[in-house]
Amino acid sequence: MTSSALRLVTPDSTGIEIPTRKNLPTFVTESGLRTELKKLSGIDAVGAEARIAKLSTRSLKKETKKYAIDLAISMVDLTTLEGADTAGRVASLCTKAMHPDANNLSVPSVAAVCVYPDMVANARAVIGSSPVHVASVSTAFPSGRASLAVKLLDTKDAVEAGADEIDMVIDRGAFLSGNLFKVYEEIVAVKAVCGTAHLKVILETGELVTYDNVRKASWLAMLAGADFIKTSTGKVGVNATLPVALVMLEAVRDFAEEYGELVGVKVAGGIRTTKDALKYLVVVNETAGSSWLTPEYFRFGASSLLNDLLLQRTKQLSGNYARPDRFSGD
Amino acid sequence: MLDPIVLVETDMESLHSQLGGLQYDNAPESAAIAKIKKEYGLFINGQFTSPKDHKSFFTINPATEEKLSKISQADANDVDAAVQSAKRAYEKVWSKTTGPERAKYLFRIARLIQERSRELAVTETLDNGKPIRETRDIDVPLAAAHFFYYAGWADKLSFAGYGADPKPIGVAGQIIPWNFPLLMAAWKLAPALAAGNTCVLKPAETTPLTALLLAEILQQAELPDGVVNIITGDGSTGAALVEHPDVNKIAFTGSTGVGRMIQQRIAGSGKHLTLELGGKGANIVFEDAPIDEMVEGIIDGIFFNQGHVCCAGSRLLVQESIAEDVLRRLMRRVEQLRVGDPMDKNTDVGAVNSAEQLARISELTATGEEEGATRLTSTCVLPSKGFWFPPTVFTNVSQSHRIAREEIFGPVLSMLTFRTPEEAVQKANNTNYGLACGVWSEKGSRTLWVAERLRAGVIWANTYNKFDPTSPFGGVRESGFGREGGRQGLEAYLNV
Repeated sequence: MTSSALRLVTPDSTGIEIPTRKNLPTFVTESGLRTELKKLSGIDAVGAEARIAKLSTRSLKKETKKYAIDLAISMVDLTTLEGADTAGRVASLCTKAMHPDANNLSVPSVAAVCVYPDMVANARAVIGSSPVHVASVSTAFPSGRASLAVKLLDTKDAVEAGADEIDMVIDRGAFLSGNLFKVYEEIVAVKAVCGTAHLKVILETGELVTYDNVRKASWLAMLAGADFIKTSTGKVGVNATLPVALVMLEAVRDFAEEYGELVGVKVAGGIRTTKDALKYLVVVNETAGSSWLTPEYFRFGASSLLNDLLLQRTKQLSGNYARPDRFSGD
Repeated sequence: MLDPIVLVETDMESLHSQLGGLQYDNAPESAAIAKIKKEYGLFINGQFTSPKDHKSFFTINPATEEKLSKISQADANDVDAAVQSAKRAYEKVWSKTTGPERAKYLFRIARLIQERSRELAVTETLDNGKPIRETRDIDVPLAAAHFFYYAGWADKLSFAGYGADPKPIGVAGQIIPWNFPLLMAAWKLAPALAAGNTCVLKPAETTPLTALLLAEILQQAELPDGVVNIITGDGSTGAALVEHPDVNKIAFTGSTGVGRMIQQRIAGSGKHLTLELGGKGANIVFEDAPIDEMVEGIIDGIFFNQGHVCCAGSRLLVQESIAEDVLRRLMRRVEQLRVGDPMDKNTDVGAVNSAEQLARISELTATGEEEGATRLTSTCVLPSKGFWFPPTVFTNVSQSHRIAREEIFGPVLSMLTFRTPEEAVQKANNTNYGLACGVWSEKGSRTLWVAERLRAGVIWANTYNKFDPTSPFGGVRESGFGREGGRQGLEAYLNV
């Protein structure tokens, strides 16, 4: 481990200067990185799942529930990641992101819209300078099976088109085959081309499978400069789960204690109901604590979740359930 | 001499400030669900006696000190009536009832417990002071599970490993404590009935309500009259039951002092005896333990049920190399525990069961400080009424301190350190008790090495306070003898 500035030579031989970060060590060798990752504690799967079962019994009532629903709305990364996406669909999604309930302007806007890189310009055109962020997936999302040059270009493209958040994927193949340094270097490189855009690193926990891997990948991504660590692409069989979120929240908590850097967590894929979202907020609350209970440090990557949050919000205020058609589809 | 581990007052404040910003609004369960009657008689021969025929005492809600119900005090004559009823039922009915028939009743009881689980959970929480989350998710489901499990054994006793056709003992006198009132009743009744015995059950003086509700369930299940009799009262009722000549078996769960007295009193009487007594469980933490789950395990080990658990992990033995890190993480969790109204669905730690128990906890913890240990206490705000003790951890505890030797039976943890596995084993075994221990390590071979050398009836690996009807539970040395649960639990109720 050294703290000397790192210059990464990319396949197109342009090279990238890696900025030195204030509090984080920089790794220039595989063995240094391995030594750092070896200090991580193992995870007892039964215990982690038991902890979640217990936390899931928390009962949010009255003002807490109202507050939590609004908080959850403000944490949504409203997402459309389909081959069939069009400029029209993205535009309507952006409108919804800024004013989730057209009939009630007291509803907070969501945190961001999340689209494919080629849709960023369309999104930015609608979002303009509104506080809603424009997030773009990149690095050959969702599989990440492309050369580093392509991944960097993919990222640059999105940033130049106006994305202020980048959701990259890690190379799971490299991670699972033990080539941790490759995963690290790629994240460092992508971070460098992000500029001021925030970098969310998707671990694709459904492909990492074990909680030990999730903790290791979380730590690795944070060391490499991730502003957020994110569970999933939403494109594989297993997406965000509560125990995985628990492990990642423990990781960001421990990382903040060790290096003084707060890294956010984004859970994505399969979160559809208010009940699910509130369970995640309870886990955030009782694991990482209040610092993470803001859109700056916790996000839900979801599409259908928003309308259920709106439905439950209306129920809390009026006492009655609205017809689902009261809220716009996207 | 080790360097003392210091975690000062200001640290507790900084720990608190890191905690969650989501303040949970009250989420109280409704007390009306319990349908507690104003007064209760004794349950003898399938009927409740008239409360007017007995002296009485009140059972109170330890969280509010409000009276819940007037309970009958069974005297020697009542005990005799209950034992005679059990004896008659044994001779005329239950000993002639076939295994599959007995199983039918046990399955019915199990299902009725499930059906009335909410009522049972609320009643238990009101009477005992433990959080509704625990009665709802642990006590009541486990009680039903015990009846289900032993229902399965009732017609398979020949295959339990106690001979071709093992016979029941007869009338079992069963005395249970106040820490898990319904669950202990289930632990005692289910194997006894499956094996073909009849029972006289005496619940603890401070927590009689769920046993009386169970009596209603037995009526609903149409269990033949007299097969189970439930008598309420204080220690004198228990003593009369122990000394009754027609009782063939005594099963007692409670303090080591009372257990010793019982054993002396029945010496030479030919009565069978099983005792499940106190403990001073050690939770042994190695440096390669899964740290977050281990911290949860320590919390569950000592603060589950306010620490009113005979197998509580009340001694924490931590490898010195990680002691500071463990303490910091542990105190962060302690500070996070939600102490208060047991009926609130978000409460983690409820009320101490009685003023008497609170006094004992307070007295013993005071000696901790006097003897030089460092006391770290949660800054939680305790309710003004009722019996409460804040979650507390002692560091810099030495083996000779009273808080490291005596059972506190409250939310008080004593933390000690060790350097080698040998030292961990030596310290864990340096107690008069031998009920339960926990071992935390990611290295299986070390866990087994340690477990082999621990003198305790139950050893948990990477978990603590996990109960299951299929798993035998019981202690060695001053923690008692005999097993409850599993195939082994049948032995206590068979003439083998």
